[in-house]
Amino acid sequence: MGPLWVPLALTLKVALWATAINLVLGVAVAFGLSRWRSHMREVVDSVLTLPLVLPPTVLGYYLLVLLGRRGTFGAWLDRLGIELVFTWQGAVIASTLVAFPLVQKAARAAFEAVDPQLEDAARVLGLGSAATFFRVSLPLASRGITAGALLAFARAMGEFGATLMIAGNLPGRTQTLSVAIYAAVQAGDDHAAGVMVAVTSLVCVVALLLAGWLAPDHLRRTRP
Amino acid sequence: MSVDVSIRKVLRSGDRHFELDVTFASEHRRIVLFGHSGAGKSQTLRAIAGLLTPDAGHVRVDGATLFDASAGVNLPPRERGVGYVFQDYALFPHLTVAQNIGFALARGWLNPRRRLRDERVRRWIDTFELGAVAGSYPSRISGGQRQRVALARALVAEPRLMLLDEPFAALDPALRARMRSELRSLQARLDLQMLVITHDPADVEALDGHTIELREGRVV
Repeated sequence: MGPLWVPLALTLKVALWATAINLVLGVAVAFGLSRWRSHMREVVDSVLTLPLVLPPTVLGYYLLVLLGRRGTFGAWLDRLGIELVFTWQGAVIASTLVAFPLVQKAARAAFEAVDPQLEDAARVLGLGSAATFFRVSLPLASRGITAGALLAFARAMGEFGATLMIAGNLPGRTQTLSVAIYAAVQAGDDHAAGVMVAVTSLVCVVALLLAGWLAPDHLRRTRP
Repeated sequence: MSVDVSIRKVLRSGDRHFELDVTFASEHRRIVLFGHSGAGKSQTLRAIAGLLTPDAGHVRVDGATLFDASAGVNLPPRERGVGYVFQDYALFPHLTVAQNIGFALARGWLNPRRRLRDERVRRWIDTFELGAVAGSYPSRISGGQRQRVALARALVAEPRLMLLDEPFAALDPALRARMRSELRSLQARLDLQMLVITHDPADVEALDGHTIELREGRVV
């Protein structure tokens, strides 16, 4: 069980962190975009969707350039004693970036589906913008956001390319399940690869089933 | 009790262009803004509530200035002390009837709890005979009950003026007649000033107030 348990625990840790960060970041950006009246809105949206279509290796390369010791941001982090390349935190950043559009898109659609009159009603009843967000907009969008977060979790579970680029393949430290599967196949250990493939598939299928069940179309509140 | 409104606003939506230029004042306790849909009634109501910022003019209620473009006064909706009943009631679908009614009483970032016990909420639930549905969600109650919840939710905050946007349009004809008389008796009992907008001449007759007719964004 040892060889499976270590990469599985690491993968879950990375995927959960990436999902948690995206829940804050993706929801904040989505709410901002859904309320922003500007021609630039769709341009910004397209740029934020890039991680969905760019090859993960390209994203990983960008991250290396940015966060590597010789990168602009990386040099600054290095002086603070923070190292991201070849660490599990680096894998979290890779997974966060790759899964970001999934939360952002789902959350934006959910916020845009909230009846603006309900937000008006909250304001007239004495609420400021923050209270209106937490008491009306967020709860009404929560189903769509949760569905997006589960998709993002499944995506982060299987992240390979960008993770390999920035975090590498260090067994026990940065070797997530999908990287470990690749390493096992390369080493000819078909049994270990098969077990890890089955576990990854199972976790992702469960996450997708939950996402489908929570999707806004499925259990929409009945309208009079 | 007085309402003094004089507002101008150019509204654009796509290539459509609408000019709202509404001026009226009244001390009547029932003011009725009457006109066809698209006459600017709802936009006038939104401007009084602070949901729409006019380009120029003023809004005064009971001597208090809520908006004055030349003096730079523009109170946010939450400070205007105005109750608003939306056309389709805009009840919060994720909250029960009791939570909807108690919504304005809970400050901060959390909604009232489902087991909310508050004397003011209790009183309005009794007044509007909503006890049997207090724990239900808005999608599970009837049209007449929804209207009462919307009224109660606005009244809990003790507004100085109630704004009602087509309060009877969403009801079937039999219920409409009953709710008209219910609203009138409520208004008499509470000594409340209200401003009702409607496109229905029958509402104008039943409410028997100071009627102001709007046409194409202007008072006729």
